[in-house]
Amino acid sequence: MRTYILQRILATFPVIGVVVLFVFLLLRFSPGDPAALIAGDYATPEDIAKIRVALGLDKPVYEQLGIWLAALARADLGTSIYSKLPVTHLMAQRVLPTLSLAVSTVLFAVSLAVPLGTLAAWKAGTWIDRAVMILAVAGFSLPVFWLGFLFIYAFSIKLAILPVQGFVSPEESVGSFLQHLVLPTLTLGLVYMALIARITRASVLEVLSQDYIRTAHAKGIDPPRVLWRHALKNAAVPIVTVIGIGIALLIGGVVVTESVFAIPGLGRLTVDAILHRDYPVIQGIILIFSGVYVLINLLVDLSYTLLDPRIRY
Amino acid sequence: MPNPIRYTSPGRLAAALLVAALLALAPVLSARAETTLKVIPQASLSVLDPIWTTAYLVRNHGYLIYDTLFALDAQYKVQPQMVDKWTVTEKGLKYTFTLRPGLKFHDGAPVTSRDVIASIKRWEARDLFGQTLASYTQSMDAVSATTFSITLKEPFGLVLDALAKPSSNVPFIMPERVASTDPMKQIQDYTGSGPFIFVKEEFNPGSKSVYRKFTGYVPRKEPPSLLSGGKVAKVDRVEWIYVPDGNTGVAAMNAGEMDYYENPPIDLLSLMRSNPKIKVEVTDPIGTQVVLRPNHLLPPFNNAKVREALYYVLNQQDYLQAIVGDPTLYKVCPAMFICGTPLESKAGSEGLKVDLNKAKQLLKEGGYNGERVVLMDPTDQFIPHNAALVTASLLRKAGMNVEVQAMDWSTMLGRRAKKDPIDQGGWNLLHTWATGADLISPMTHFFVPANCDKAWFGWYCDPKVEELRKQWSRAGDAAQRKQLGEAIQQQVYATGGYYPLGQFVLPTAYNERLSGVIVSPVAIFWNIEKK
Repeated sequence: MRTYILQRILATFPVIGVVVLFVFLLLRFSPGDPAALIAGDYATPEDIAKIRVALGLDKPVYEQLGIWLAALARADLGTSIYSKLPVTHLMAQRVLPTLSLAVSTVLFAVSLAVPLGTLAAWKAGTWIDRAVMILAVAGFSLPVFWLGFLFIYAFSIKLAILPVQGFVSPEESVGSFLQHLVLPTLTLGLVYMALIARITRASVLEVLSQDYIRTAHAKGIDPPRVLWRHALKNAAVPIVTVIGIGIALLIGGVVVTESVFAIPGLGRLTVDAILHRDYPVIQGIILIFSGVYVLINLLVDLSYTLLDPRIRY
Repeated sequence: MPNPIRYTSPGRLAAALLVAALLALAPVLSARAETTLKVIPQASLSVLDPIWTTAYLVRNHGYLIYDTLFALDAQYKVQPQMVDKWTVTEKGLKYTFTLRPGLKFHDGAPVTSRDVIASIKRWEARDLFGQTLASYTQSMDAVSATTFSITLKEPFGLVLDALAKPSSNVPFIMPERVASTDPMKQIQDYTGSGPFIFVKEEFNPGSKSVYRKFTGYVPRKEPPSLLSGGKVAKVDRVEWIYVPDGNTGVAAMNAGEMDYYENPPIDLLSLMRSNPKIKVEVTDPIGTQVVLRPNHLLPPFNNAKVREALYYVLNQQDYLQAIVGDPTLYKVCPAMFICGTPLESKAGSEGLKVDLNKAKQLLKEGGYNGERVVLMDPTDQFIPHNAALVTASLLRKAGMNVEVQAMDWSTMLGRRAKKDPIDQGGWNLLHTWATGADLISPMTHFFVPANCDKAWFGWYCDPKVEELRKQWSRAGDAAQRKQLGEAIQQQVYATGGYYPLGQFVLPTAYNERLSGVIVSPVAIFWNIEKK
């Protein structure tokens, strides 16, 4: 087991290395010029050329890569071309909103989806099953931005009980922090709830048709006990996988939700950096995100051993 | 378990409740003492140096934290701002300026002549008008701590106009240590001279910037007028909070969460107009001009006949309908120096009307044989994108082989600098837009200068225009400037320098609690009071 974990952690480095190198080269060879953007719409070509020199963008790509890798070796992700602030500072500013939204969304989605999906499987073919699946299909199909605006209209404009937009740090006010999270969590949570509920239903349904479930029933074990202890635990592997991927995606930033609710999170930081060709910020974010993805995948894989004793590494 | 209230006397309970109520009210009372103006700006702010970039948002940020030596009033006349008095020698070769007493930077240091000279020099290094002023300047000298002079090589009638330049880049006054920064590098110290202080600790690039009132600022006595007069900060804090989605911005205004929406989407204005608590007004009196620029270096637009042909194809009404839609917000305007300003004129545009046969004839005379015409279309910017679709349609009607190349704004800004042939990434046509404040004079206009390689992208080249601009810069009175302005416009029309596609205004929405919003082509936040 320890060897496996060590191997997986070591394997992280080449994966991240390849991703980052690919992104670095892709950015340098894609059209668009940060110097032109900085200089503004009315700058002369000479101005742009001078800014390019000042930013070091006139150097050959291999030289730029060398400078960046050397800084990386000193744990320096660089500074934003635009704000001149360290990439780590920019990311630190945006982590809390994204993490808060990710945690609240996962809690909301899992706490609803797993019981609903299990119930749907248990009552397969009945109106309960159909109702849960209609909800799941709707949650999965409705565009996030549309749902977001619908909630804003209902809860912020008509009922005036929740704020339209923004993020408030819990240090500032816990109540306001929670209030600002409700609508984005509802909006995003419905999508994840739908996904997890469908996977849960399918997985539990498959387990319920297994021989050992029939044996448990034949032994006279309580149906709820059969469902929760025998069926759900054995159906957990695909459910945990989907939840894990969901967490990784959410931490990576959810651009549409962050834009609709004007949440200054990592997703918007990424998109803004791409639109402005802020190379150091894009590279830094991709580096951290790829690490997070690999780590979460590792944790998901390790969780399998707890859920299924047959799995050993 | 006993109820603790049972052991509490009514008097003690009342006292406890009173204390609790006061404690609960304390933050509310203190919040009331401080007024905060919450603004949705036109874009997200990341860059903080208004000399390093020409972006309008950074210019607006500059107006909050810096002051200027001179500024334009509502009649577009130059008025002193940081300057108290000035003299000009008889031959117009030496200007001597004295600063107003009591001017201070945000760190408490007095504003001195050395700060002013360093600020002007840094601005001159980056701004076209500044470079013109520099070319006439023999020396700038600090006479005393508050008096400085500019000595010219030859008479230049626009010294004050240059120092009062209203839009990007604006000659803002910074401390000498800040203004000594290489003009090609960003400043890192945001100590300003204006009515608000930038709060660096609360800056979240791309999302939020905060400014607090500078109590040490000494405003002028005169009432505010456009960018001149008394800059009195009447709120304690100004918060710029960028809301990327227009629908959310409008909802936040309707819910009363935000106070001021600089440029709400035109198609959502009705959602705010129906709210009696929101005022939707045009605070920019002159608006914005939409522009089509040909690349003068490459065929077919290196041919004057082909450029002329376009005047008989393009119709401002089509563009304004496609971009704005609401006729109350736009006007057909052939004036290159903007309608509603001292240089407004129709010169050169008389007789130009849509005539496809005439256009086809001119294209033929110009030797156009159906070559590919590359039109850059930045699809993420609604003004040039909508304009590109109209241009493509109109030019195809005239028989041109137009290839619309879709790209994002960032790509277009990089690509427009290319002078290569179109099969190597070059281009033939592009659209952009500029605020009227930039276009009111031949010295600040982006698209009129015809100094070939040094001209704006498209590299318009015409010695006569340049000679007329030079004469304009030396003109002594308004009548002469008007006459020369007309001559310049006539020549630009005659040579197809660029194509003005109409003028429109973008309304601003603000909460009825606000008063004192100043009509100005630049979004400014002094004089605004919040009840």
